[in-house]
Amino acid sequence: MDRSPLRDFIVGLFVLAGLAALAYLSISIGGFSWHGRGGLELSAGFDETGGLTLHAPVVISGVRVGEVSGISLDSNFRARVDMDLDPTLKLPTDTSASIVTAGVLGDRYIELQPGGDETIIKSGDRIAFTESAVILERLIGKLVYGITNGEATETKPKPQVTPK
Amino acid sequence: MSNPVSSLGHWSLRVVQQLGRMAVFAVAMAAAAVKPPLRVASFVRELYKIGVLSLIIICVSGLAVGMVLGLQGYHTLVRFGAQHSLGAVVGLSLIRELGPVLAALLVIGRAGSAVAAEIGSMVATEQLDGLRMLSIDPVGLVAAPRAAAMLTAMPLLTALFIICGLAGGYISGVGLMHGDPGSYMASLRANVDFHGDMIGSLIKSVAFGALVGVVATYRGYASAPTSEGVSAATTSTVVIGSVSVLLLDYVITALWGV
Repeated sequence: MDRSPLRDFIVGLFVLAGLAALAYLSISIGGFSWHGRGGLELSAGFDETGGLTLHAPVVISGVRVGEVSGISLDSNFRARVDMDLDPTLKLPTDTSASIVTAGVLGDRYIELQPGGDETIIKSGDRIAFTESAVILERLIGKLVYGITNGEATETKPKPQVTPK
Repeated sequence: MSNPVSSLGHWSLRVVQQLGRMAVFAVAMAAAAVKPPLRVASFVRELYKIGVLSLIIICVSGLAVGMVLGLQGYHTLVRFGAQHSLGAVVGLSLIRELGPVLAALLVIGRAGSAVAAEIGSMVATEQLDGLRMLSIDPVGLVAAPRAAAMLTAMPLLTALFIICGLAGGYISGVGLMHGDPGSYMASLRANVDFHGDMIGSLIKSVAFGALVGVVATYRGYASAPTSEGVSAATTSTVVIGSVSVLLLDYVITALWGV
């Protein structure tokens, strides 16, 4: 069971290279972060998330400032979206959140529009002003319905006439 | 034995018996591996043979697999005008599926067969009986360092395989097909998740390392003490190892969705 110094060194290099590869894949590619949570945590209620996914980006003016950390249903059957944002951000309390789409069929993400209020929003607060996702199919459906029914209101159900 | 039902029963009993023996062997080996004296020197030697000497085949295969994924992915994605997602296609397929499975299959062929043949020829030349006569447990001395080295080397080799594959995808997708280098890395980073994808990849590679380590050492250890037994041990390591890695891969994916 002889110990060869050169072989030990090569094995050590191999282990280091493997661990470096794992670390690169986890941290740089996989986005692993040690602090994880503990940033600015905000929530917002939406009527429609339209396929928003976990870890979807949260942007301000197109700059990524955080990600979606949770999507759940609240007691009023509205979607509650939790966001984990950069803790250095100083957002006014009248900031609004909207779910938008990258391109026509692209991924959903959340865009924040900072308001003009003096007071700064704190971690754990709820964003009051929200704009839900636009579902393209519903929009087209409403448009077609609107054209065929002229002045008919969009919420009125179509009368069903069933022959007896 | 002429009755087909009886022969089926006999065959089933033998399969169950083999599985049971392998499980008992695995538990005994795990116990022997943590029991002092720790065989550090032989562990390092086996890590050299299994890990370092497999590096070339792992890196070259990873590069080739990544390059062909990049080309195929590019040609498919161009039809949908989605060639900017090439990084995600190459990265997710390598990390979630191809990296762990192909690295395991390559290690079985490169190192698992060698381990089985080595232990099998020790059985054939009665070296293990000699050890028993000296009241040295051959499982702890011969089998455990090899299985532990297999378990250690597999996740490291898998990570290196994935890195080489990502580089290969970059070479063919960006270098040869003139894709956008920024969007390759951006879609890779945006779509690969640490918890969902990397942890799953790691779980798979560790599970495959343990499985291949047990199969290779057991098939060698339980081989018939003849030259035919050595060749049978090598063959069955490759066959049983490969098939069980693919089956286990399905089970892990189905149960945990990784």
